[in-house]
Amino acid sequence: MGMTMTQKIIADHSGKESIKAGEFVEMELDIVLGNDITTPVAIKEFKKMGAKKVYDKEKIVVVLDHFTPNKDIKSAEQSKISREFCKKMEIKNFFDVGQMGIEHALLPEKGLVVAGDTVIGADSHTCTYGALGAFSTGVGSTDMAGGMALGTTWIKVPGAIKVEIKGRKKPHVSGKDIILNLIGKIGVDGALYKSIEFTGEGLKDLNMDDKFTIANMAVEAGGKNGIFPVDENTIEYMKERKIKDWKIFEADEDAEYDEEISIDLDKLNPTVAFPSSPENTKEIGEVGDIKIDQVVIGSCTNGRIEDMRIAGQILKGKKVDKDVRTIIIPATQEIYKQCIKEGLAEIFIDAGAVLSTPTCGPCLGGHMGILASGEKAVTTTNRNFVGRMGHKKSEVYLASPAVAAASAIAGKIEDPNNI
Amino acid sequence: METKGKAYKFGNDIDTDLIIPARYLNTSDYKELAKYCMQDVDESFTDKIKDGDIIVAGKNFGCGSSREHAPIAIKEAGISCVIAKSYARIFYRNSFNIGLPILESEEAPDKIDEGDELKVDFNSGQIINLTKNEEYKAQAFPDFIKKIIEKEGLVGYVKSKLEQGV
Repeated sequence: MGMTMTQKIIADHSGKESIKAGEFVEMELDIVLGNDITTPVAIKEFKKMGAKKVYDKEKIVVVLDHFTPNKDIKSAEQSKISREFCKKMEIKNFFDVGQMGIEHALLPEKGLVVAGDTVIGADSHTCTYGALGAFSTGVGSTDMAGGMALGTTWIKVPGAIKVEIKGRKKPHVSGKDIILNLIGKIGVDGALYKSIEFTGEGLKDLNMDDKFTIANMAVEAGGKNGIFPVDENTIEYMKERKIKDWKIFEADEDAEYDEEISIDLDKLNPTVAFPSSPENTKEIGEVGDIKIDQVVIGSCTNGRIEDMRIAGQILKGKKVDKDVRTIIIPATQEIYKQCIKEGLAEIFIDAGAVLSTPTCGPCLGGHMGILASGEKAVTTTNRNFVGRMGHKKSEVYLASPAVAAASAIAGKIEDPNNI
Repeated sequence: METKGKAYKFGNDIDTDLIIPARYLNTSDYKELAKYCMQDVDESFTDKIKDGDIIVAGKNFGCGSSREHAPIAIKEAGISCVIAKSYARIFYRNSFNIGLPILESEEAPDKIDEGDELKVDFNSGQIINLTKNEEYKAQAFPDFIKKIIEKEGLVGYVKSKLEQGV
């Protein structure tokens, strides 16, 4: 029996010719990742393990991105713990304020993750790197500690769902609409313990940033990872940032899938996930009249340059509604600089939005845009759970940068085609 | 290994933001985290529960963020075990890694009511409802997971590997 793309990467990293779904294997790791929230717990557990050093100073990545620049004394103490540990362990890829960006935008940009890699990260959105044809998945802090100590981790080999993308995107449709549509179809546990493997001629119509967005939210369907075949775009992207070699894996023709789903881009419209679950999706034509208080454009899901360009196109020469606080957060310093170069920074500020330094901040209700009781926000982030962006009686609507920017102007959830 | 306690019931898709909201993640003090366990679902939860009590939930328990602070908050609050129809995969491995016993059962969460007294045997996966005088069966742990449980979590597992020089 053939293997899926994910299974092939796992087999390659566990010294096996062939593996099948449900099997437990010990897998070698190319990158072990943590952030300012999860790393301090990992350090505690790392010490309890009796580990004295990390398995490879070049393969650990620590990014202080969640509550940074530090929002309060307690967060500052947490960052300090990570900073001191990385210094002591001589961890090469430690990113502090000034160099840091939102981890899942930063690692690909720096060339730290490439096709064929295995990555575990103590952050659930580590699945983002599937866009590059890598196997990457989120884990907890103790797993991160184990990974740092051993350079291996235990994995239950996932089965798979095959998602075929067909057709061409309509105007103002992007990766976010595709993944929200999929989660709406299969539910927040539709891919539990499985990899989501994307294929189809429609992939040609997706840019890298669309693919990062889609892979990023695989976990929102319960998936272990989401993964794309390596194409010319992927190779182009990796070439520009090359610091290490990549390896291309392809699914076997007779690979087994538990389920096959197809998404027709020709029929897909901008999509919004209503509170309080990413599976509560509606197409833009069905949302009705929902007045909003805040818009956030950013995060590991939608803070990349294409996202900024989409928002810029819509906001150019316009003003955001006076009742809508609009917060735009380029995900990395590079993207921030690019926003300045391309004149996007000026467009955003002239429109009445704030342009923030990279941070995960508002996405998880940390800082930089917390909602009060009863407030509603349209955001390009990845979760709209109860209390996710602030008060437990606030509401989060997930959408693409195009819908978010259009909604900021209209003061209510709006179809970008109407702006 | 066995535990006995009162059941506290929750629904489907209980996410890790509900188990421990991110606003409390600016600490890695485990006792501090325990104070806020389930706060956004039930503010009085940590006041009501006694050591050994049991969380019973529907499908996809622990979905969302990978924060290990979630199973840590549950364990440190004194909850002895979780019984759910299914778990999100990161929460599942985090729980075994930190030594919080969790059981998967389709049947038990439907039949157990809030407040029922339960007795759970982790080795056999047997759940006895002392209040209703019923018995349910949870799925057996895979062999690999048993190895982690034997070492009382991933810390012990990695420690013995490091000691063996693996």
